[in-house]
Amino acid sequence: MTSVQLWALLPLLIATASIVATMLAIAVYRHHRFCASVTVGGMNLALIAVVYDLITGDNLAVPVTGLMTVDAAARFGMVLILVTTLGVLTLCHAYFEGYKRNREEIYLLIGLGTLGALTLACATHTATLLVGIELLSLPMVAGVAYSMDERRAIEGGIKYLILSAAASAALFFGVALIYAHIGSLDLSAMSQALSAASLDQPLVLAGAAMMIAGLGFKLSLVPFHQWTPDVYESAPTPITAYLATVSKLGVFVVVLRLFHYGSSPISPLILTALVGLAVASMLVGSLLALRQNNLKRLLAYSSIAHFGYLTIVLAVPGDESLRAAGVYLATYLVTSLGVFGVMALVSSPMGERDAEHIDDYRGLFWRRPYLTSILTAMLLSLAGIPLTAGFIGKFAVISAGVGAAQWLLVGSLIVSSAISIYYYLRIVSALFSAVAAGSERVSEPMGWAQSFGGLMLVVAMIVMLWLGVYPQPLYLLSGQLAQH
Amino acid sequence: MILVWLILIPFIGGLLSWQAERYSRGLPRWIALLTMAGVLGTSIWLWATGDYSITGTGFAAAAGQTPSWTIEFQAQWIPSIGASFHLGLDGLSLLLVVLTNLIGVLAIACSWKEIERNVGFFHLNLLWNLGGVVGIFLALDMFLFFFFWEMMLVPMFFLIALWGHNIPGGKGRVYAAIKFFIYTQASGFLMLVSILAMVFLHQQATGKLSFDYHDLLNTPMGAQVEWWLMLGFFGAFAVKMPVVPFHTWLPDAHGQAPTAGSVDLAGILLKTAAYGLLRFGIPFFPHASAAFAPVAMWLGVVGIIYGAVVAFSQTDIKRFVAYTSISHMGFIVIGIYAGTEQALQGVVVQMIAHGLSAGALFILCGEIYERLHTRDISKMGGLWSRFPNLPPIMLFFSAASLGLPGLGNFVGEFLILVGSFDAAPVVTIIAASGLILAAVYSLYLVQRALHGAPQPLPEGVQLNKQGLLKDLSKRELVMMLSLMALLMGLGLYPQIVMDTAKAPVQAVQTIYKAATTPSVVAVTGANP
Repeated sequence: MTSVQLWALLPLLIATASIVATMLAIAVYRHHRFCASVTVGGMNLALIAVVYDLITGDNLAVPVTGLMTVDAAARFGMVLILVTTLGVLTLCHAYFEGYKRNREEIYLLIGLGTLGALTLACATHTATLLVGIELLSLPMVAGVAYSMDERRAIEGGIKYLILSAAASAALFFGVALIYAHIGSLDLSAMSQALSAASLDQPLVLAGAAMMIAGLGFKLSLVPFHQWTPDVYESAPTPITAYLATVSKLGVFVVVLRLFHYGSSPISPLILTALVGLAVASMLVGSLLALRQNNLKRLLAYSSIAHFGYLTIVLAVPGDESLRAAGVYLATYLVTSLGVFGVMALVSSPMGERDAEHIDDYRGLFWRRPYLTSILTAMLLSLAGIPLTAGFIGKFAVISAGVGAAQWLLVGSLIVSSAISIYYYLRIVSALFSAVAAGSERVSEPMGWAQSFGGLMLVVAMIVMLWLGVYPQPLYLLSGQLAQH
Repeated sequence: MILVWLILIPFIGGLLSWQAERYSRGLPRWIALLTMAGVLGTSIWLWATGDYSITGTGFAAAAGQTPSWTIEFQAQWIPSIGASFHLGLDGLSLLLVVLTNLIGVLAIACSWKEIERNVGFFHLNLLWNLGGVVGIFLALDMFLFFFFWEMMLVPMFFLIALWGHNIPGGKGRVYAAIKFFIYTQASGFLMLVSILAMVFLHQQATGKLSFDYHDLLNTPMGAQVEWWLMLGFFGAFAVKMPVVPFHTWLPDAHGQAPTAGSVDLAGILLKTAAYGLLRFGIPFFPHASAAFAPVAMWLGVVGIIYGAVVAFSQTDIKRFVAYTSISHMGFIVIGIYAGTEQALQGVVVQMIAHGLSAGALFILCGEIYERLHTRDISKMGGLWSRFPNLPPIMLFFSAASLGLPGLGNFVGEFLILVGSFDAAPVVTIIAASGLILAAVYSLYLVQRALHGAPQPLPEGVQLNKQGLLKDLSKRELVMMLSLMALLMGLGLYPQIVMDTAKAPVQAVQTIYKAATTPSVVAVTGANP
């Protein structure tokens, strides 16, 4: 291994080191803020390493053994993963402060998951894919079931464990089938096989179907979505945020490598399957969200719809659509962090149960005007209203779809987003609905603003608005995804 | 730069009045009022000093023209997608900006007593909505236009959902607000798809990725493509206008909205659609629009008759005015698609006249509601003997709405009908019956609400010592009298408005005429 390769791999090494450090820290001195700082510090260092590499290096693709390649796309993915992880970690600190049992292990789990996501971002071989996906999923099983004395949490954890294991099994069986045909485990070879798949290659087709099922599960695309609302609901809010953001982000980078980076456009058969998944996710996701009164379940369905939107870029060949994917991912991440962040901060003092029912949020504006303003802006961003980042993301995806004349996808997006307006606005109007007496400003203590979680939210809000009003830098940065 | 300020000042003023609520309840109102008065003054100053004989509408690069606007502003924004911050002002946009700011001042003034809860946040929403609408009228970049088009929905949503009324028997203000939002947002996305398709076509033809109005005006496209893209634009504008059968959000929104929201909605939001057709819909797709004109004009006729007939059967006074708006907007559709200079001038006058008269009627509805606590027309009868000033003013605006000569609405509707007769005689003849229907419903309203024996007062309403209800305050009288003066001015001397709008109107007419005359057969033959 040369120094260039080591240097390129530095973010992963730092992340690994910070996990070990956190583990030792827990063993030596169990202190919430201290352990959190160790992980946060490590992730920050890793982030600095990537950003340094982005700024100073010539951004070349550095192959590290046959298993990984650190290229521009991987660096872009790593930046998003690390930034989002940092956001989730700050939320965890705010949220678990009031938790009565062991709080420190959550940082270990998140660190491990992030290492998995980073691995996925650099993966160019199915072995790395395997390691990355399992490293990302398994700690989250523990994360979902973190409050062990709660029946619901255990149930969610087991559900996630079994289903996620089944999905991984399907994915790797698919890999094996394609391997049987092409004799290579390299992702680029896989990608070639997928773009050349035709009806007389039953092995490749069956393999592709199983891979799509496995990856579709991880991205919770319809019809592989059933686990999402249950698991989202039973997980502690920061973990839900993590599942909705980092988990899917890591997998999506691999999906791009498999389905988008091939030298030739994707095979029409697979394209049809992807279009079907996208349309189903957009429509089913937003239709099922309509009747939800539980905010976490609602957001679960809305994230299904959102990944349906994102799947449009897979159906559109060319660098433009990769850029759209980058823009969309960034806007989705900052918005999701914001929404779940507010939920976590509203929930944390309650301790026993998360504030997740829509009634918990009724009239919240009169009690916590600033938090609610942030939540409102974030929900409008999810709905894709101008001035917010979500609009830019949705715009990028629509423009990719229109550019490739994928009218079915564009039409579904319009229908789905019209439906989605209803449930987002339903929450927004609940936030502002007048509660009995006290429609005056009664601010609850502003303690949240001083905490790291609150600070993170304010930053997320600023970034979200900034991206919504001036997305030019994001567009430039997202061009990275197209360099592979 | 002055154009940027026209948009920015309401946004800043909104933020200030939001925060000013900490100090007192009255402060946000004053800040908002001064803000809007300031931009109104600025826009009138622009009117007085600018040269409005030029417009960039319909500029043709092929003919070697250079686009020119009375005032233009362009700054880099998102070069990666070819969007720039491009604003331009010509006579048409100026008139509508003045109207917006005027209605804005009135909307603030009319909610002075009505809005008691969260005054600051209310004015934030109102001012952001007004700023967004001004943005719509000034934007010359399609991305920017769409940005404002969708952005101003959010404040409107809050105005209806938070300060609206839950009228008995209705489905509630949140329902109405969400319905309004979904209708306009979904139709807006149709327009976005059209815009994007046009951008890509333009890029394929010229290699330049641009959302700029001037670039897109010269997009080469096939007849069938043009037809589809035109429908995308028409969809968005038809919902906002509203054209029957896309109107069902309007009566609900008006029924539940607070007075200021209704004034805003009827006075200016509906006009954004007519403006969009004049500025974008027809200049972008002249051939398809010309081919589509018969359909659109018949939709206009349906709107006129349907709105009038349904208005007649309303018992809620605000829903009544809402349906009359649908009827009046039908004339605008006919005028736009007739495309003669007279008809288009009529459209401009009608937009302003309807903005003023419908705004005034909604303010009156609000004032009656404040005093009687009901909006049910059948419970109103005999108001003439209960107020000294309010009933005659109501009579005046009802007369304006029915198209009494001497008032602005008459000029607008008359010009539209005269201008459309050559283009579509049958449509015009049937549309003219709308004037009779307007007389019927307006007089019926006057008869039922103002005349007759006084109805028993609703519970909790007390007469004062003279046996009268509390009449209009000075603030309300000033508002009403100034609106009356403006409407009369527009009716007696519409030339000022018509001179200002002349250049853009002629440009639209030239484009339209060029598309209709040479190859009507070829275009209609290519219809899908």
